[in-house]
Amino acid sequence: MEWVSDEVKVILFFKVSIYTLDMQLIDGSPQSIKSYLATLSPVDQVGAEARASMLATRSIKTTSKAWAIDCAISMIDLTTLEGSDTDGKVKAICNKAVRPDPTDPTVPHVGAICVYNDMVEVARKHLDSIGGKDIPVAAVSTGFPSGRASREVKKQDTLDALNAGATEIDMVIDRGAFLSGNLEKVFSEIVYIKELCGDRAHLKVILETGELVTLDNVRKASFLAMAAGADFIKTSTGKISPAATPPVVLVMLEAVRDFYAMTGVRIGVKPAGGIRNTKDAIKQLVLVNETAGPEWLTPKLFRIGASALLNDLLMQRMKLRDGHYQGPNYVTLD
Amino acid sequence: MTFEYAPAPESTSIVNISDEYGLFINGKFVAPKNGKTFTTINPATEAVLAKIAYAEAADVDKAVAAARVAYVKVWSKISPQERGKYLFRIARIMQERSREFAVLESLDNGKPIRESRDVDVPLAANHFFYHAGWADKLKFAGVGDNPKPLGVAGQIIPWNFPLLMLAWKVAPALAAGNTVVLKPAETTPLTALLFAQVCQQAGLPAGVVNIITGDGKTGSLLVNHPDINKIAFTGSTAVGKGIARAVAGSKKSVTLELGGKAANIVFEDAPIDETIEGIVNGIFFNQGHVCCAGSRLLVQENIHEEILEKLKHRMSQIRVGDPLDKNTDLGAINSASQLARIKSLSDAGDEEGAQRWSPECALPSKGFWFPPTIFTGVTQAHRIAREEIFGPVLSVITFRTPQEAIEKANNTPYGLSAGIWTDKGSRILWTAKHLKAGVIWANTFNKFDPASPFGGYKESGWGREGGRHGLSAYLKGGN
Repeated sequence: MEWVSDEVKVILFFKVSIYTLDMQLIDGSPQSIKSYLATLSPVDQVGAEARASMLATRSIKTTSKAWAIDCAISMIDLTTLEGSDTDGKVKAICNKAVRPDPTDPTVPHVGAICVYNDMVEVARKHLDSIGGKDIPVAAVSTGFPSGRASREVKKQDTLDALNAGATEIDMVIDRGAFLSGNLEKVFSEIVYIKELCGDRAHLKVILETGELVTLDNVRKASFLAMAAGADFIKTSTGKISPAATPPVVLVMLEAVRDFYAMTGVRIGVKPAGGIRNTKDAIKQLVLVNETAGPEWLTPKLFRIGASALLNDLLMQRMKLRDGHYQGPNYVTLD
Repeated sequence: MTFEYAPAPESTSIVNISDEYGLFINGKFVAPKNGKTFTTINPATEAVLAKIAYAEAADVDKAVAAARVAYVKVWSKISPQERGKYLFRIARIMQERSREFAVLESLDNGKPIRESRDVDVPLAANHFFYHAGWADKLKFAGVGDNPKPLGVAGQIIPWNFPLLMLAWKVAPALAAGNTVVLKPAETTPLTALLFAQVCQQAGLPAGVVNIITGDGKTGSLLVNHPDINKIAFTGSTAVGKGIARAVAGSKKSVTLELGGKAANIVFEDAPIDETIEGIVNGIFFNQGHVCCAGSRLLVQENIHEEILEKLKHRMSQIRVGDPLDKNTDLGAINSASQLARIKSLSDAGDEEGAQRWSPECALPSKGFWFPPTIFTGVTQAHRIAREEIFGPVLSVITFRTPQEAIEKANNTPYGLSAGIWTDKGSRILWTAKHLKAGVIWANTFNKFDPASPFGGYKESGWGREGGRHGLSAYLKGGN
């Protein structure tokens, strides 16, 4: 705890007193975290997989499919996270975010743009100039994707993004610390970044579930992140496979539902990685609807981190509207 | 924002239901001697589906005689490999026509298409595949080096899993070299009659499988027929006792799969969310028309409130309605008489002071429906804790220690199945060892496999079905 400032400690105490009314108080000490996580029920992997695959059989047709497609579009965090990203590439996805289908103004805009911190300014300015003022820019942070950097670097990474106009920070947790049992490090780091975000930005905490591997770990990490102040819990960086598998998302949705029951605070969920087509996206919405509940079916509480998904949703939308499929050249390629 | 699922009905155009069905005897559909018929209806709409032949004594004689001739002249003579070949062929045809079977099953039985499509029909086909493999390996079935078939098997099956119970009965009987006369339940004969067409399509020799339709009287004629060597029955304990009396002193072999009142035991360290799914699956799968349903929830008192709260929340999401809608979770009750029984036992629960709870759900005005229901405040002394309801009704009972859970779980005349929910492996083993039940699931429920024997203790039945144990019930040791 030596690197946590007194100010942060106060906030931390304030937060836990809001969030953990009936739970044991977390003061950031290993013991308090341990007792807090000990209150969680275990997850049975076979059962969770069975539930997720049962929900995948839901048949979403006609009017409900149309509704789900628009809902999914509005929840997309349209993402480009490549070493090859340029101003041109980022501007192009901003255009796509504001008007996903230039021939059809009834298509909603996406939930947000998600980029590295050096692209935040470009994205923000461009969005503002093309009528996308209400589309937030999210920046990945804290040494994304591995999280292997010093506290100072993580701080600067986050501050750069905030100063450039990011209003959502997608931080990664320190999976090495988590897996080695140093949960207080994971916890305090989230608290620290949350404090930096203040009321300037929403904090999404990336668990990188493909590296945590077990559903018990997913559940633990979800509760740890929520207690530390996450506004959203996010599955993956998109750089590791498997990413947002339905059982993982199911367990995270159960976690936000239970956290709400305990504290009255609704935390968002963001699956990212591996959701490439309309069918997958609709399966995610069904998971939300029947696990956390319909209250979570809003971009405020559910986002889908994706890039290729948007075009498949647009193609399916055209199919519903026109009765036939268009070729891939009838959707724009950004 | 609300996410309403638009209706997603499975098309019925794939099934071709005749106006009238005869009896399947000696490879052909024939009219019953006295020309009597009854109707089978769709329990979700009460619409008549077809007129069904009513088999009486002369028809039962004819069917048993056809099975005897086929046994003596053909089925006991052909090579085991040949028998296996027919079973493989039947299994493949069932897979090819799986959608037809699934739709027909849901129409006649009322169960959701999701279950008939994903559970009943694939499992039924698997039973034929599994037993096809046994046909030429019978000397490994555990009854000696030279096992022999019993002869003609009379088989009587219930209405809750019409096709699956047919497969459980017919597949091992044929693999072992027996011929069969099968009587499907009065309210659900259609998939058995479609199966008869599959036998024709597979070129199965005439008389190896005979299917006679009728009611309890027809079944009784079959049980008492002097030329039957083996009776296999699945159904209520009351009827099973009658069969046991009827065959006492005869040389007929008998297996009985009867009722149950399974305890689904939830310990404090259970994985809660998956346990809730298991409880729901245990009692609301197939509208609770399951002999091994987890109809008594035994929950450790210190997590009782949390479990109930989550269970109620989950129950409010159960989608009740049109069995053919792909999103339906709970379909129609199979018959007016079964609905009356469920209502009367539930009323007894009210009268004896248990608290009834059901989520709000709009039930269709036509057809037979009952909402998912739980009773809390139930003790061992309540009728709803002792009698098999065979419907979507769960009795919740609490316990304090593992010993108390075992005492309560075993305190029933039945002993078919049980469930254990705990994260602790040693507790699973300890609990399973002390439960008097034929099938025990740990951290899951209602899982079936052709290789796994199924059957009960005490008033839940005699013998096992499935696996090597089930197969051996159709064989006798020879020298």
